[in-house]
Amino acid sequence: MYPPNFDYVAPATLDEALAALAASDNAKVLSGGMSLIPLMKLRLVRPTTVVDISRISGLDAITDEGDHISIGALVKHAETASNALVAEHATALGQAAGATADIQVRNQGTTCGSIAHADLAADQPAAALALGATMSVASVRGTREIAAADFFVDTLTSALEPDEILVKITIPKGGKSAYRKLGRRGGESDYPIAAAAVWVDGSNGSISAARVAVTGVGPKPYLASESAAAIVGSSGSGEAIAAAASHATDGITVLEDLYGSVEYRSHLAKVYVKRALEDVLA
Amino acid sequence: MEGRILEVRISVNGVDHQSDVEPRTLLVHYLRENLSLTGTHVGCETGYCGACTVIVDGRAVKSCTMFAVQADGASIQTVEGVADGDELHPVQEGFWECHGLQCGFCTPGMIMSSIALLEENNDPSEAEIRHGIEGNLCRCTGYHNIVRSVQYAGAKMRGESPQGASQEVSS
Repeated sequence: MYPPNFDYVAPATLDEALAALAASDNAKVLSGGMSLIPLMKLRLVRPTTVVDISRISGLDAITDEGDHISIGALVKHAETASNALVAEHATALGQAAGATADIQVRNQGTTCGSIAHADLAADQPAAALALGATMSVASVRGTREIAAADFFVDTLTSALEPDEILVKITIPKGGKSAYRKLGRRGGESDYPIAAAAVWVDGSNGSISAARVAVTGVGPKPYLASESAAAIVGSSGSGEAIAAAASHATDGITVLEDLYGSVEYRSHLAKVYVKRALEDVLA
Repeated sequence: MEGRILEVRISVNGVDHQSDVEPRTLLVHYLRENLSLTGTHVGCETGYCGACTVIVDGRAVKSCTMFAVQADGASIQTVEGVADGDELHPVQEGFWECHGLQCGFCTPGMIMSSIALLEENNDPSEAEIRHGIEGNLCRCTGYHNIVRSVQYAGAKMRGESPQGASQEVSS
């Protein structure tokens, strides 16, 4: 199954890559290709130019930057899943990366690529939302930062412009986070039927801040703000967790497919929000 | 549109190759059609089944979801390159001894994923083996003996005496 042909460039610097994107009105960025290549085979996207950013140096690091950590554009899922800085400061993202697809895909695909692709059921966007990540984006027009909460616009649609590259994501340190998932093939295998990433912060048994994100359930990964509001100010008791979980799909158009009905998915969203909260509050 | 023809240099099973490819040429087609290495199979072509798994620079990847141009400069190992002359790789021997193949279509990918798994951890639990070959589908539903084949290979690679087909569980 060949995709239509295209011109391929593999620049050595970010500036050259940005120039190549700006020079074409139909270019796509390739890093691992785990999302782009299947879409090209299915003719769902037909770029005339593919800009392979994988040969650019300096984009492949997970870095401690003081009060936050950053994950470069070329960091593969397998590295995110096994990295000690991620495990300590962005636990939910490490868990979500480890639950992404299978080892061959985790060896090739990138965390930033998964986020830029913005699949409605992808694992790592939910963790980025819950952790309050910031996306650092570059183009020939300059650089800008986009909050995770503003990044996932709609199904397969992010806030990235066609000439922009997601250069890195940064995640603030502090708090505790977890990711819980039911995959289509049971356990964590395959895309989630429903999954939740949660982050809580607080001291002395009182939760001062929280974010709850859900993926696989609606048209895009989303922040369940009513769930977070229900747990903030509480002690994290079982009652508070149950109350938070009950709001997991408030205001969301829950989708159904052969893996789950609206009713089943809505139920699972609540179950996985509850389990993720239990992980961080136990 | 016509994509430009690009030159790639790829080492496959220790042999350096210099080839002209279209940008859209998938690595699996490059291996099978340019190099006539047809041991790597084309299964689902969607990235699901893992029949096309090869090891690129030490890591198992699905060669149907990678362009040959992405592998420019890389070292690749395919199923043709795992035996040492007439001596089977321990994973191949395990599949032989434990009846790890039925129709055989998934076997090259299973072998490459299992080698990558065992090179990282030569004493995996059954759960770790099943997790490690999660990206490889066997439509004969032969997973039970595949897992035992990997256990056999792990024992052999640890220098222990592996348990072969005499312990096979009939189904």
